[in-house]
Amino acid sequence: MLAHRVYTEGTISYAIGAWATPWGIEYRIDMAGAMMVLIIAAISAVVMPYARRSILHEIEYKKIALFYTCYLLCLTGLLGIIVTGDTFNLFVFLEISSLSSYVLISLGSTRRALTAAFQYLVMGTIGATFILIGVGLLYMMTGTLNMVDIAERLPAVTDTRTIRVAFAFVTVGVSIKLALFPLHIWLPNAYTFAPSVVSAFMAATATKAGVYVLLRFFFTVFGSQFSFAAMHVSEIFMLLAIAAILVASLVAVFENNVKRMLAYSSVAQIGYTILGISLASAAGVSASMIQLFNHAMIKGALFLALGCVFLRLGSVTLKDMHGLARHMPWTMAAFVAGGLSLIGVPLTAGFISKWYLISAALTAGYWPLAVLVLISSLLALVYIWRVVEAAYFNVPGASMDKIKEAPASMLIPVWLLIGVNLYVGIDANLVVSMAQQAADALIGQVLQ
Amino acid sequence: MSPEIILLACIALPLLAPILISALHRWPNPREAVTLLTSAGLLLLVLSLHDAFLQGARPAIDIAEPLPGLAIGFEIEPLGMLFALLASFLWLVTSVYSIGYMRSHHEWRQTSFYSYFAVALGSVMGIAFAGNLFTLFIFYELLTLSTYPLVTHSGDNSAREGGRMYLGYLLGTSLMLLLLALIWTWSLTGTLDFREGGILAGTVSPAMAGLLLALYIFGIGKAAVIPMHLWLPAAMVAPTPVSALLHAVAVVKAGVFTVLKVTIYIFGIDFLSEVTATQWLMYVAGATILLASIVALRQDNLKLRLAWSTVSQLSYIVLCALLITPTGIIAGSAHMVMHGFAKITLFFCAGAILVMTHKTRISELDGIGRQMPWTMAAFSIAAISMIGIPPTAGFISKWYILLGTIESQQLVALGIIIISTLLNAAYFMPIVYAAFFREQTTATAHESRHNGAEAPLTVLLAITVTAAGTLALFFFPDKVLELAMMTAGAGR
Repeated sequence: MLAHRVYTEGTISYAIGAWATPWGIEYRIDMAGAMMVLIIAAISAVVMPYARRSILHEIEYKKIALFYTCYLLCLTGLLGIIVTGDTFNLFVFLEISSLSSYVLISLGSTRRALTAAFQYLVMGTIGATFILIGVGLLYMMTGTLNMVDIAERLPAVTDTRTIRVAFAFVTVGVSIKLALFPLHIWLPNAYTFAPSVVSAFMAATATKAGVYVLLRFFFTVFGSQFSFAAMHVSEIFMLLAIAAILVASLVAVFENNVKRMLAYSSVAQIGYTILGISLASAAGVSASMIQLFNHAMIKGALFLALGCVFLRLGSVTLKDMHGLARHMPWTMAAFVAGGLSLIGVPLTAGFISKWYLISAALTAGYWPLAVLVLISSLLALVYIWRVVEAAYFNVPGASMDKIKEAPASMLIPVWLLIGVNLYVGIDANLVVSMAQQAADALIGQVLQ
Repeated sequence: MSPEIILLACIALPLLAPILISALHRWPNPREAVTLLTSAGLLLLVLSLHDAFLQGARPAIDIAEPLPGLAIGFEIEPLGMLFALLASFLWLVTSVYSIGYMRSHHEWRQTSFYSYFAVALGSVMGIAFAGNLFTLFIFYELLTLSTYPLVTHSGDNSAREGGRMYLGYLLGTSLMLLLLALIWTWSLTGTLDFREGGILAGTVSPAMAGLLLALYIFGIGKAAVIPMHLWLPAAMVAPTPVSALLHAVAVVKAGVFTVLKVTIYIFGIDFLSEVTATQWLMYVAGATILLASIVALRQDNLKLRLAWSTVSQLSYIVLCALLITPTGIIAGSAHMVMHGFAKITLFFCAGAILVMTHKTRISELDGIGRQMPWTMAAFSIAAISMIGIPPTAGFISKWYILLGTIESQQLVALGIIIISTLLNAAYFMPIVYAAFFREQTTATAHESRHNGAEAPLTVLLAITVTAAGTLALFFFPDKVLELAMMTAGAGR
């Protein structure tokens, strides 16, 4: 059964890896959607072979079938969100992915996973309800659920309070889903207590899908004129993004559980993405898309590497990781490489996204933003280096003697993602051109 | 071989050597042979490149394009040639030295030591031959990261603290300030190529250019201008060969090299002369020279005194770059080489003393000249060169520095250089005096085991070569000055 599922995964990602134009037309996928589908399918395909060993270790045997079922449901939901051209359909897919991810999180090995899942359930349901209200209001005003249709009929009724309220509901609802500061509180717990595979998968895909939904609503449904000029999203989001980047990075610096640290770092990275969007320029949006792609690769790799640590060590706190590099050299080398990418050192993917974000900020004349992004990369340096020092400089305890390197079925996916990081760092042309086309597609639709 | 291939080989050779070095980790002798052969091979490659260069070849090659319009590319210009010659020659000497040092000091993890050393040298070559600022930045960061394991080699707590400072300062300044400056320049001009006469002229007002220049000068943390200098004394926890080659030559010179490149090829001398902020930045460099000299005076740890002296000497070069005259550029380029030879000799000597006697403090060095006459003779030559007295290399560059300050009528700078010369004498001469003219104190346990002997042969060989080089460069500075003058010509 497992082999069959991996096989299905493989074929899906293959078909999408070579996404043909018919897809684009049939399901209304533009470049932005295609890029997102690529990210999600690629991550899930990489995670699948990894999951087998990790899940055997972390989840009770009889629940394993449940895990794979929910995993696939979640994947379907996420892909559905991207490919759909219909707002209500979008809500349904969002709920599919959310419900299955609640289950996935609750499968975590400690009892606290249950509370984390419950917290996410409450927050997520509020978010979903908000989105549903927003969509309902839109339907009331325009009489259609199709995104393009709504966009066509909206200008006639733009200036009504109902539309503004709908916009607000949708924005807040989606913001919960993508864990925009200060609506992020579900995320650190969920990522920390979920099984390692789930953390990696969700960090790399679920919040990204949320950002995509936001972009869809802002640009395709409401139109950038309305979103940015009339509703002042730009200013609000910029402030929230700044707060997210600074606060979450600072929290990460003082965090002793490495998984939690990475979770906070994710909140900060989401801040970068939102920052790019808030610039409301083609450069900004394409910087966001690049950041989406690169962050998926970086965080995926980091969480997977951490999963290897958890498999062997049974813990991911800094204290327990003392001297780990001597026993798991490959895993920790992967963590360092991923960490460098997160910091944004040249020749890694993180550098590319930082470069684009900063140039977009400078072009828009917001030089303090550029400084801010750089400060937060320093903070990233601090928190990544705490792990490096623990793993490389501290003398391992006696209990460490039996620790072996992680199995190849887990190391290969990790290094695959690290390889993508380095490749993008050296030759980013493919990603950059995809992101730019995606941004053009999003913004261009509005201008027509 | 075409010059392009040699150019790539110069960078690839040291970057690939670690594969072989790690493979041979069980057999120390072949492993060291790989290091020696690689460094000798690199020197030969660089020399042949130098010949081709003097005959007018200007190889340039792009290997990848990470971002549209931003290529990783290499080309040769006089200053880079000079830097590459310096680094590759001193790497060979240091390899000889480190074999003697690491073995008699019974260091652990020698394989990783030699591997990272080779990677660091590969990054230096990348910096020297970088065809644009973007490539230079990449190798600049690579150099920081590859030297971090070397600095923290001993793996104990003080190494960790030192490493934290090292990485924090160098990555911090480069990611915060240098990268910002880079992206700013990029958004202004749309290119980061090194061009003769600079790329910034006409795109930015002189006032903003001053701010940008400040971002560059402080962002290049490796040049150790106050307040970005604290990493250098912290990095002295490294084994001595690392301090010698990397923190007297490769890393710090990569910093001032970048400063020179930026002033010459990004701003351009003509444009910079309109920027009034250079005056202020020059005062900062001047303050660095004086303050670091005074701090050096108060250090009792020999390596720390040398480190602070390096901080001070680096700012000589930064100051030269900011004089914005051709003579200043000649002086800066020449001082890069002259100081390199003298300072590496001093570090070699400090390492030899450490290995043989386990002494690290200057107050313990009374009478050491009788036990290790050869080592301390070399130390004296290098010390004289640091002060700038003939017949040593230091005199040549100091001559040009003074000439440059007089030419541009920077009397403050002139005064700073003269005072600092006195300070140099004040912190080096007492060491020489104590070593030769004071009575020896009681021997430590380690000393008696080594039987009051001179340093190991390979160590002595390295010391002799660099000390002789310090003398030779006084009598035959033509090659260095030729390249320095070509650099200055390019700056016009």
